[in-house]
Amino acid sequence: MIVNEQIAIDHGLKKDEYIKICELLKRTPNITELGIFSAMWNEHCSYKSSRLHLKKLPTKGKQVIQGPGENAGVVDIGDNDAIVFKIESHNHPSFIEPYQGAATGVGGIMRDVFTMGARPIANLNSIHFGSPQHKKTKNLLRGVVQGIGGYGNCMGVPTIAGQTNFDSSYNGNILVNAMTLGLVKKDKIFYSKATGLNKPVIYVGSKTGRDGIHGASMASASFDENIEEKKPTVQVGDPFTEKLLLEACLELMAGDSIIAIQDMGAAGLTSSSIEMASKGNLGIEINLNKVPCREAKMTPYEIMLSESQERMLIVLENGKEELAKKIFDKWNLDFAVIGKTTKSKKIELFFDDKIVADIPVNTLVENSPMYDRKWKKAKLPKKNKINKEDLNNLKIIEVLKKILSNPNVCSKEWIWQQYDHTVMGDTIQKPGGDSGVVRVHGTNKAVAASIDSSAVYCWAHPLTGGKQVVCESFRNLISVGAKPIAITNCLNFGSPENDENMGEFVECVQGIGEASEYLKFPVVSGNVSFYNQTKKEGIKPTPSIGGVGLIKNYKEMITMEFKEIDNIVLVIGKTEGHIDQSLFARNILDEKNGPPPEINLFNEKNNGETLLKLIENNLIQSAHDVSLGGIITAISKMCIKGNKGINLKKPKFLINEIEYFFAEDQGRYIVEITKKDLKKVTEILNKNAVHFDELGIINKNELYINEKTKVTIDELRRSNTNWLNNYMSK
Amino acid sequence: MKSSVITFPGSNCDRDMDVALKKFGFKNKMVWHNDIELPKSDLVVLPGGFSYGDYLRCGSMASKSKIMKSVINFANGGGMIMGICNGFQILVETGLLPGVLLRNKYLEFICKNVFIKINDEQNRYFKNINNNVLELHIAHNEGNYFCTKDQLKEIEENDQIAINYCDKSGNIGEQFNPNGSINNIAGIFNKKKNILGMMPHPERMIDPYLSGEDGSIFFKNLINNLK
Repeated sequence: MIVNEQIAIDHGLKKDEYIKICELLKRTPNITELGIFSAMWNEHCSYKSSRLHLKKLPTKGKQVIQGPGENAGVVDIGDNDAIVFKIESHNHPSFIEPYQGAATGVGGIMRDVFTMGARPIANLNSIHFGSPQHKKTKNLLRGVVQGIGGYGNCMGVPTIAGQTNFDSSYNGNILVNAMTLGLVKKDKIFYSKATGLNKPVIYVGSKTGRDGIHGASMASASFDENIEEKKPTVQVGDPFTEKLLLEACLELMAGDSIIAIQDMGAAGLTSSSIEMASKGNLGIEINLNKVPCREAKMTPYEIMLSESQERMLIVLENGKEELAKKIFDKWNLDFAVIGKTTKSKKIELFFDDKIVADIPVNTLVENSPMYDRKWKKAKLPKKNKINKEDLNNLKIIEVLKKILSNPNVCSKEWIWQQYDHTVMGDTIQKPGGDSGVVRVHGTNKAVAASIDSSAVYCWAHPLTGGKQVVCESFRNLISVGAKPIAITNCLNFGSPENDENMGEFVECVQGIGEASEYLKFPVVSGNVSFYNQTKKEGIKPTPSIGGVGLIKNYKEMITMEFKEIDNIVLVIGKTEGHIDQSLFARNILDEKNGPPPEINLFNEKNNGETLLKLIENNLIQSAHDVSLGGIITAISKMCIKGNKGINLKKPKFLINEIEYFFAEDQGRYIVEITKKDLKKVTEILNKNAVHFDELGIINKNELYINEKTKVTIDELRRSNTNWLNNYMSK
Repeated sequence: MKSSVITFPGSNCDRDMDVALKKFGFKNKMVWHNDIELPKSDLVVLPGGFSYGDYLRCGSMASKSKIMKSVINFANGGGMIMGICNGFQILVETGLLPGVLLRNKYLEFICKNVFIKINDEQNRYFKNINNNVLELHIAHNEGNYFCTKDQLKEIEENDQIAINYCDKSGNIGEQFNPNGSINNIAGIFNKKKNILGMMPHPERMIDPYLSGEDGSIFFKNLINNLK
């Protein structure tokens, strides 16, 4: 087949990109070469629209061992231990084929982590679906949950936390973001940089099939009505093989045979071989006849573009082939020497003794396109005037029950009960709390992880929203007593070619950058997913932030359930009564306009660090951050989990009771303390200039506002747990 | 006391079981599925996981592993063998235990705490155990125990039903049955009661910071019984 401009366009390349390829090669590429360029230059692999902005994120810190640019980020947690972690999107495939799409998303991110030598110890996920009333939502939810469980459960890695959100903007484009944490010894971290000449290049894992060809290109385009036809581009997962691959890789990594290792993820053999060569400033020569294939008569084009899962590429030390082969034989995995490193700085592919591709590595990587896309700055919306009389007519208990049963607030137990969250025997905080927590096996340390996003705030004002998500992650870690270390981000947006969507991206990234800089909470890894869009309709901007923190002594971990009758409950942080964009405004008042709550980074840091101080001094019995639904929703969840009630005091401040209880002002936490500690706690809060209000006293089983306004905790629990169970069983 | 835990390709609770056995005083060895000989053991454990991916019927491929010959010999000689979760499925597939394990009634994987009632203490697994009801953890997709009417009659008559799903106080009722198992069966013995297969994972409940601690009661009692 002779390549021309139309074929290039059919591969998702732009006309000027095709011209650039011809200029760089000083000739017309053949079809295999064109396939390689299209795989490397698509949005998913090249970050061509986002690179310019991502560069501005803070990525360094005292505990950062490896920032963005490797398979995953790495942070130091002391005693020669390090945590490797990253988040990745699998949005497009999950919409087309929810089970396999979600499953391979989980498989892919685990591979990124164990490629670096780390044993995965925890999985998390953030999943977003369309309106519950939309005809596809229920099946997509069921398929995605089963896919995530199907892969993670079989691998024997606990799924310890997550987030599920429903919003009509995801009707045509769901989001599936998967995150994995792994544990590694600091001096046994593996990287993807190839070094040394004439080193054997090894292929291990599953055989290569025709599945997933052009997967990364599919994920770099918007959807249209023919999307169902793209099913063959979705990969098929085999968690059993991945489990074997994990054990085999870790066994080989215990020795000193590996120079570099890279998993074959998006764009398969193409991107893995090119990344290793590029990082090492070397060339790679591959004999494609040596690649283990699942199907007969696969062409070089298909072999290079297949996204078959559970495969790895390794550069070995000379003479270690036999030793390595023995290990992979033991685990019944394919092992083949398929090529070697060269000094040519080119990627040279041979098939049937003929050269089928010959491309300088730098043309694929450094010379890949980078765009400074046009973007539109968002204005801060005007505040709504809320009619106080309307508020006074509302019955607070009725409103509370409605909010607790809202799809975005209700208990997600139906989901996380399908995930094995206790395998490995170190899960000390299960899903349903502020963060999931796992112990570092055999030590006193524990690692906390949380995953968050606030699309509504980002949509109302991207800059504020971007900051808010980072702050929420910070708060969720602190609420369990963990010191926040670093974050990973998954940036889900519409089309970068639309200046409004691009503006959302630019300003969310700016917000994320400002907050992570201020909070010393750097970004160590991440992923961008554009084109979450069907025809002209894009999703709400949805950056997901995965945060990781350390608890030095796991016995001092904090949980959110109320513990003891007669203990005192405080809210840390000031309540101004910000109602715009709150769950209350959107769902009870049906008011969708207005600015999101303001972020004051000084208060975030100060409130959070002061709470950590209180926790370190053993003054906190339980804690929970205030988020969707405000103070009273947070308190209700603490009551439900602890099976206790509370006698609430009338708020001292002049704002309306409803505003006080449902406002979503930021930087707040609910804490439970004993009566005898009240004085000490007050002193520390005052000394650090942290605002707090006393909210009430814990009782046996009622949420009590006044004689006429009260409700049993059982009734609140029913509101909170019934919605999802009923929805899924209908 | 010496124990052996067998690792099949796809086992994923083998390490957890090793940790638990050692914590309660066993000298444990890990045994590879391709080995021929079992080391000298007072207890052999088939751990949970997804042996061979469970792509055929759960446990069926593992039941044909090389090591299983010597496991079966060990069983026929009266050796103590415990299969947890996937291990239970493997024991059923070898025919060492009667019945089958079907997909959960609601077709969903279930991971949660359950209560189980101990039915029979005339055996070396539960003899002298002080607690009649334990809170343990389940995590499975195929734990729905089923057998024919004749088999059921036989295992009932021989007191082979080891544990049943129940509530906190030991009441057995359909509402406490997480997976649709016939008569709330969570675990069974062979006739001689040297073999125990059960769905719950005691090894995940061995200290107060995990989902619970009742697994400790089980292991402490077990090692004392074996001494």
